Amino acid sequence: MTMLPAPTTKKLGLVIDLDICVGCHACAVACKEWNDGGQFGPLPDESPYGKEPLGVWFNRVHSFEIEPAQKNASAMTVHFPRSCLHCETPDCVTVCPTGASYKRAEDGIVLVDEDKCIGCKLCSWACPYGAREYSEQRGVMQKCTLCVDRIYNESFDEIDRQPACVAACPTRARHFGDLGNENSAVSKLVAQRGGYDLMPEMGYKPVNKYLPPRPRRDGGSSTTSSSAAAEEKMDFSTASPLLRWIDKVLSR
Amino acid sequence: MHPALSVIFFTVISGCGYGLLFLLSLILLMQPALLPRSEIVTLLALGALASVAGLIASTFHLGQPQRAWRAFSQWRSSWLSREGVAATASFLPVGALLIAQWQQTDAMPVRISALALMLLAAITVYCTAQIYASLKTIRAWHNVYVAPGYLLLGLIGGASWLLAWHCAFDDGCPDIALGSRGLDWLVILLCIASALLKLAYWRYIDTQPLPASIESATGLGRYGAVRSVEAPHSEENYLTREMGFALARKHAARLRRIVLLLLAPLPIALLVIAMLMRSNAEVAALGAAFAVTLGLFVERWLFFAEAKHVVMLYYAPRGERA
Repeated sequence: MTMLPAPTTKKLGLVIDLDICVGCHACAVACKEWNDGGQFGPLPDESPYGKEPLGVWFNRVHSFEIEPAQKNASAMTVHFPRSCLHCETPDCVTVCPTGASYKRAEDGIVLVDEDKCIGCKLCSWACPYGAREYSEQRGVMQKCTLCVDRIYNESFDEIDRQPACVAACPTRARHFGDLGNENSAVSKLVAQRGGYDLMPEMGYKPVNKYLPPRPRRDGGSSTTSSSAAAEEKMDFSTASPLLRWIDKVLSR
Repeated sequence: MHPALSVIFFTVISGCGYGLLFLLSLILLMQPALLPRSEIVTLLALGALASVAGLIASTFHLGQPQRAWRAFSQWRSSWLSREGVAATASFLPVGALLIAQWQQTDAMPVRISALALMLLAAITVYCTAQIYASLKTIRAWHNVYVAPGYLLLGLIGGASWLLAWHCAFDDGCPDIALGSRGLDWLVILLCIASALLKLAYWRYIDTQPLPASIESATGLGRYGAVRSVEAPHSEENYLTREMGFALARKHAARLRRIVLLLLAPLPIALLVIAMLMRSNAEVAALGAAFAVTLGLFVERWLFFAEAKHVVMLYYAPRGERA
């Protein structure tokens, strides 16, 4: 059924911290690896070792540069993982003519039933986030499953029941949990850090949230080397006697 | 958007087919005995054949065409599904009309079937248009010009072929009474209306910004101007191939002029010359039908190729807004 379920109380999703993502692509690689071999696999590439490798990835890490509005402020580089946001009101589900695309009533995960999909690609046109990719090899649409075959997997230890991308992140920039529950760790994190939606004006109400980069320690303002030296105030009172003596000698 | 030939063929051919069936039903509704039976049967078969050919073509771009029957199931939410249902349902009145011609039934059943076919033909083409017009992600499609465009262009395609066939059947091409006006005048009127509608559509899409920006797509606009410095992948992927098609935009202006020429001045000139000379009507009508059809193919190719998808914001360096 491609009609959307009544608003779900449980809203499983990801919280992605753009402040600490280092752009290592470990999440994307772990996702690809798990989904190549997991219960929903394989996730094959069309030409993995050819001249123009092409294949389906559920997670893509972009890098953006921000040129600040005020002068003399330093530019920022932000690494930006992009994957399915498991929207509350997604058009990718309602446009599906076959019922292959659906949103689960019990936890809000958006999935594709690959045995029903006819590969018309309309759902990928309906998604503004580029979450759905078409597999030439399988002739169907594929997308992030939120590792539904891991998060409920009772053969896993409790600690491992989370999406592969979250488990793989070396800086803990990715968090998984129930964003429908105000008291969950992810909801608290979103409230505390001002987590936001991507393209809120499109009206799809994404469940996944992004945490904004914190202001840089220098307040975002860069300074030239000469003025930096002049303005630097160093407190040597707590330094070791040797450093204090060197400072004294060099300051003459 | 990548212009898939199968989809272009489908929308143009089935649009023309339903336009033809719509006009034929209109004639049958108003004057069931106006056209000779052989002509009605031929035109019905032709219209049905065009819509079948279009439907078959549309399955060529599917990854799993053998499952296409599943597309009839989700008519409650999906315009694509509704289109499949309406297109298939329209074969019922076509069949009824064919049987009515065979059995030489009274005018009443013919009129009822003709009315049903008119409605279903219009609904089918409207559903086709809504498949595109319902996508909020594509500004060139999500607007009020798209549905009238599909309906009008289907009608002009159908009208031009109806005229051409009618002239081939009836030497000298006398007017078919459509109310008080002749079919040739209807074609000329539709040509002008189509050209004007396309002009308005292009003017609209040229002035409309994308429904989002790279700043809102990343949520980083609060810090300043955002641009992509590195894409997630060095080669193309499905998204950049399907949504990032930019070839047509280079030639858009020239292609638009070709569409206008083929949709209005050329067919109108052919028909007016034939009307003034009172001869060679079948040649002029056939020429007009070919010009209009070719114009529809170019128009539909542009409809896809010119459309920008909002997801390309994530890939666009600054200045190149998707």
